[in-house]
Amino acid sequence: MRIIVCIKQVPDPQASSSGTKVDPEAMRVIVPQGTPPVMSPYDENALEAAIRIKDAHGARVTVISAGRNLAKPVLRKSLASGADELVLLEDAAFEKLDSYATAHLLVAAIREIGEYDLILCGRQAADTDAGQVGSGIAEILKIPCITAASKVELSDGKVLVERVVSDGFEVIEAPMPALVTASSEIGDLRYPKLKDLQAAQKMPITVRGAQALGIDAAGLKRVNLVRLAEPPRRKTECRIIGGETPEEAGANLALKVKEAKLL
Amino acid sequence: MAEYKGVMTYCEIAEGSLPSISREVAGFGRKLADDLGEELCAVLVGSDVGNLAQDAIGLGADTVYVVDDPLLKEYQTDAYLSVMEKVVRKMMPRILILGQTSVGRDLAPMLAFRLDTTATLDCVGLAIDPGTKLLLQTKPVFGGNAQATFTSDFCPQIVTVRDKLMPPPEPDASKQGEVITLDAGLDPAAIRASLLKRVTENEGGVRLEDASIIVSGGRGIGSAEGFDQLQELAALLKGAVGASRPACDNRWLAPNRQVGITGKIVNPDLYIAIALSGSIQHLSGCAQSKSIIAINKDPEAPIFNYADFGVVGDWKKVLPAFRDKLKELLPG
Repeated sequence: MRIIVCIKQVPDPQASSSGTKVDPEAMRVIVPQGTPPVMSPYDENALEAAIRIKDAHGARVTVISAGRNLAKPVLRKSLASGADELVLLEDAAFEKLDSYATAHLLVAAIREIGEYDLILCGRQAADTDAGQVGSGIAEILKIPCITAASKVELSDGKVLVERVVSDGFEVIEAPMPALVTASSEIGDLRYPKLKDLQAAQKMPITVRGAQALGIDAAGLKRVNLVRLAEPPRRKTECRIIGGETPEEAGANLALKVKEAKLL
Repeated sequence: MAEYKGVMTYCEIAEGSLPSISREVAGFGRKLADDLGEELCAVLVGSDVGNLAQDAIGLGADTVYVVDDPLLKEYQTDAYLSVMEKVVRKMMPRILILGQTSVGRDLAPMLAFRLDTTATLDCVGLAIDPGTKLLLQTKPVFGGNAQATFTSDFCPQIVTVRDKLMPPPEPDASKQGEVITLDAGLDPAAIRASLLKRVTENEGGVRLEDASIIVSGGRGIGSAEGFDQLQELAALLKGAVGASRPACDNRWLAPNRQVGITGKIVNPDLYIAIALSGSIQHLSGCAQSKSIIAINKDPEAPIFNYADFGVVGDWKKVLPAFRDKLKELLPG
């Protein structure tokens, strides 16, 4: 059993959720200074799903990450959490790729690995929010794809997935090899032990560049960014309702809501 | 690229009719088709769905393609993907629009890769560039902290649009159009991933998308039991209960109750945010509510920048008093 997990490195979305600015001239998002790089949260959910399968059935888990200037200590956390192998696709040309180019790049690496039963990705990355790379990899490899999984299990040589939909969930079964994209409902990535974190910093990793992979990733880009802007903000002036006690403030709020005819 | 022409909408069907998102998608499609001076067509995929073709015409479609097959009774990725691949290859639309729904976000990217073109999901703005005639595809990125506009030189230009961006067009029952039935030509063996069952988790209450009042809780609620108090207020106001992502990830509430960029986009008359700090990801889902009330113990919580009225205080003390007073004030 071989599981491949694709993980993107992003600026920590928790740390950057306020204070992120846009430079429209340079068409760049500027995250607050000191925002650390992290594994994209849905990708962490995907890794957690992979490690749970490894715990239950035994599996070799390979993590692939692509980009420029990857923060190796951050990605090595995947090894500390239970992955067996880390493959970094690192090249100056691997910056700011679109979903099409990224999917083709990851497929080049997956084909080098050769054998796999299950590929897991996050449902969307915390920076681009594109939500396409997983589906793209599956289509290029011509394997079934199940998106937005809240649960991933193996059963009789097949993958059994619960998929989040608007009014509940679906239970879907697919033959392997298959690709599954993970949603947050899977649960957080386990916290690695300190000794595993230390050991992971010393484990060998594989680094592959564009030339080694024989891929012109930047040349595969198909989408052009033409504008980047601040989002429109709701303009309100919040009236803070007070009171002698929290209870009184609550009652005053009810009076105000009634007076403003909000109900 | 010259051979690609016109705008196509994928008309999602829910419980035998066209849900609001399909009508909104029709509105976007009509506008873009008019701006291009080209035709709008709609695609209906399902089982026993031909009766909806006239509805799609009334919403602006010049032509409706109906693909009807018992195998298409429920959405299954592989079957619908195969059908849509066939329809698009045959009709070669310049633009294909779907709704940003469970179906749209699943189908659109796979279809794009299968057709070797591109897709942009969760668009909040669509327009035709008057110079290049390309589709300007605007979507939130960085969890809603920025909005990016993309173009693609590859056709069809596939997009999904977020719901509730604009009111759907009024149906025009007198509008004429052509209905063309296409054969699904499905090979059951092409359905690799199979749907074993669908489980509905709608505790009999008001659907979040339809509610005119939403009582929503965040991480600060702290437990499933805490949400019982929100349920109580929602019941009093005949509204629905929602939650932020952390609350749903903790299973204090079902995942389909999540409001935000990865959950539902809502626009009720009143949104009551309790113990919910208001991450940009969450606000993306509720900022278009007519009025927002916030109860939070942190005066610096971002939710107060979006709220009309707020109370700074412990929700456990504020909420019961708020509810009891409302009970007193509300008629019968």
